[in-house]
Formats: sequence, C-alpha cells, structure tokens
Amino acid sequence: MIKLDYPFKKEDIKKLKVGDMVLISGKMYTGRDAVHHRIHNGTKPPIDLKNQIIYHCGPVVIEHGNDKYEVKAAGPTTSIREEPYQWEVMRDYGIVGVIGKGGMGPKTLKGCKDYGCVYFHAIGGAAQVLAEKIESVDNVYWRELGSPEAIWELTVKEFPVVVTMDSHGNSLHKEVGEESQKKLEKLL
Amino acid sequence: MAKKKVAKKKTVKKVTKKVSPDKILHDSILELIRITSTVIPDDVQSNILKALKREEKNTSAKYAMDIIKANIKLAKNKSQPICQDTGTIVFKVYHPAGFSQLAFRKICEKAVVKATKLGYLRQNSVDSLTGKNETMNIGPGHPQIHFIEHKRKTMDVKLMLKGGGCENVGAQYAMPYTQLEAGRDLAGVRKVILDAIQKAQGKGCGPGTLGVCIGGDRGTGYNHAKDQLLRKMDDKNPIKELAKLEKDIVETANKLGIGPMGFGGKTTLLGCKIGTLNRLPASYYVSISYMCWAFRRQGVSLKQDNSISKWLY
Repeated sequence: MIKLDYPFKKEDIKKLKVGDMVLISGKMYTGRDAVHHRIHNGTKPPIDLKNQIIYHCGPVVIEHGNDKYEVKAAGPTTSIREEPYQWEVMRDYGIVGVIGKGGMGPKTLKGCKDYGCVYFHAIGGAAQVLAEKIESVDNVYWRELGSPEAIWELTVKEFPVVVTMDSHGNSLHKEVGEESQKKLEKLL
Repeated sequence: MAKKKVAKKKTVKKVTKKVSPDKILHDSILELIRITSTVIPDDVQSNILKALKREEKNTSAKYAMDIIKANIKLAKNKSQPICQDTGTIVFKVYHPAGFSQLAFRKICEKAVVKATKLGYLRQNSVDSLTGKNETMNIGPGHPQIHFIEHKRKTMDVKLMLKGGGCENVGAQYAMPYTQLEAGRDLAGVRKVILDAIQKAQGKGCGPGTLGVCIGGDRGTGYNHAKDQLLRKMDDKNPIKELAKLEKDIVETANKLGIGPMGFGGKTTLLGCKIGTLNRLPASYYVSISYMCWAFRRQGVSLKQDNSISKWLY
C-alpha cells in the first residue's frame, strides 16, 4: 500500500505505476459529466485545480442547510464519458490525478504522459466503503448543475484506489482489453 | 409490517386508530425501496462470495472483491445505498382485477419522493432538455411502473434499481451481425453476447449478470432482457437449449480474463439469464442488458391490508 498525502506533488505522482494500490488522504473535488462539459465550453473552474485530484463521482448528499452536508453514498461513476475532455483539464488546469472507474482511453493516457497525471481506479459500486473515507464536505460549487453533477470539495482519509493508468504511458485497461479480445477470438 | 433482516428504522407505530390501506401501501413501498437500495439479495450475494473465493491472493481483482464484500456489509448495517447511483427505478406491480393504476402511481410516487429525501435514493431524474434535476425522481418516464394483472386478490410488487453505468454497456444486435459472422441461430446469439461482454470490459462494474432477450422488437427486446434479471440466480431455464447456453456464456466469459472491475481476473460474469419473444420474419434482435455486481432487485407480497407478508428474494 502506497500513501499519497495532500498537498499532492508531481514527483510523487510520477513515481506511481500501474497496479499500485494507493491510499489517498487530503482534498479532492468531484467533477463529472456536466462539469467537464462546462469547462470544455470555456468556463473557468470555480477553484484552482493546480495539483488537485478530480473525482468522477455523483454522491448522494443530504443538505441540512447552513452549509451542512451529509454524504450518504459516494462511489465512482464511469470515467470514459470524460474521455473527450479530460486531457484538456490536465493541460489547462494542471490536475495531477483523476479518480473514477472503468478506465479511460488513448487521449487521456496521452494526457497523463504529457502533463504528469495518473488515473486512479476506485471500486465501482462501493459507495459505502468509500463514503466512510470522507471526513468532511468542505464546500460545494456549481450546485445549480444538480446535486450529483455539482463540484463537492471533500476531505478524505485513506481513500483506497488502484493505479490503472500511469504517467509513463501504461494502461491496465488497454492491456486487459487487448488480451481479452485475443482470447475472445479464439473462443468464438 | 414484516421487517427484513436489518431493522434499523422501525416504521411500526402504536395502533391507536385504524391506518388507511393507502398509508400502509406507502410505507410498504418505502420499505421495499429501502431494502432494495441497501441490501443485496441473498442469491446475488452467494454468487459474489463464490467469485471472491476464486480470485487469487494479492491481486487487484481480490482487492476489488474484498472491498465489494465489505461494502455490502456496511450498506446493510448503515441502511444506506449500496451504490450512489440508485439507478432507474423500475417497479413491476402484479395486481388483482379491479385495481386502480392511477391511485397506485400516486402513492408510489409519494414513497419515491420520501425515499429520496431520506437518502435511500439519489436525486436522479434529469430533464433531458434543460439539464435540471430537481424533481426528487419524478418526471416523464420516472419512476417506471409496469402493471400486470394476476388472479390473486393481493398484490406483489417487485423493484429493480438499475444504475446508469451498467445500463450504458447494454447492447442490441440485429442479426445477422456480419462483423462477427453471427447468424440467426443460437451459435450466432452466443457470439454477440460474448462480444458485448468483451466490449463492456469493467465499465459496467463487473462481475455482472446479463439479462438477454432473443427476438421481440427494439423496445420489447430490452424490456424482456431486463425481465430476465427478475429470475433467481440459481434457477434453471426450463428450455434446455437456453439453459445450456446460459451456462456456456458464464463459463466462456470467465475465460476472457477481464475480471472484477476490468482489473484482470477469474470472474467476469456472475450469471446469464436468457429468454425469448416471438419476432417478425424480417427481424432477429438479441438484446443484452448488463447488471452490475450491485444487483439491486427485491420484491414483496402484500396482504389484503397492503402490509408486507413476505419478501420475494
């Protein structure tokens, strides 16, 4: 188990390799379809994303009023939908990591290599295990996008992920995809 | 009201005056939603635990399955959603003759709103034009309620919560499917099902379960495929060829090495259930609905007074 603590540093990110199991502690921001779409269309993110991690997640949040929030469930959403946009966010805003599930494609993999970023795979559907790692909900931005699509600023402790795409051009998803295709051809 | 396994939130009240059947129905549906969202059915859990045992130590696949196991336990104990995507809400209502569908819908919608406020369901209903998501899961097409009349005097209500990630990797093939040289026979059907599994990789939160329909049209095909997911995991298809194909698909899929979450590993698929509908001479569809490991479906039989008499899974 590798520990990655906030503030995140590029040199630590570059040490990570595909297959590494990592526990992340510190800050992260949720951002999924609507956030990426809006940034792609030219709106600047409401927070400084330099050296930050974006979490593809649409949590279940109960809003108690007076900026008090309770996260009821918070697993990752499928990342591939951000494939057209993710590399731009890496280039323009200097993020160091993305957390999601299902993996991403060649554009993102190139982005990871060019801008020193990694893709962390959280366990899809594990909304309770992951919600337990959230220590606090510190803020919410772009709430008008709807609760699952808003940017939630979270502080997490030992949030469990697996590196499946690293900053050296390696992707577990590419590997498993190609191997399973070869096996399928033999089995058909 | 019958309570299932975990009884964190008691909805039992002191009976001082007679509670209306509508109120009881509302509470029964709310309880059905709570259990469906927070507790994995026994038949699914048993398959997940078998899959966990198959994965090798110190692999990402084993790690993923261990977290899945812990998540199932935690969700049940905390009575909170197994997955944050509480999915498309699909009710199947088996009702007696002379039953008001409109009245049921009204009560059911109220229970859905309440379940959303309580956090058993996420605010999950987006206006496709404006992008607004403010209606607590009520809107065109939400929730889905399918009504089926049966001969009994009481109601059965089934509920499936199907997440968007797994819905996105569903597929429909019009046969013959030239790319794979898949023809209009079970050998062709086998090819396209395996192709869909390979294309899904880990994106549908595997290890998953497939519901498949051979035949029908583009609409009924997918619906019938989803209906297959209402079958119990350990049932046996009464049609011999289909039983054989179901078994073959699971065994073959598990040789692909895609594994839990697409991390590589031994279990890619937990189950496969195949049904058929008649088709037109011109059409031959194979519709495949992928259900994630967080296979959330439950059902209740209701008594005359609409309280829960029994859980169906």
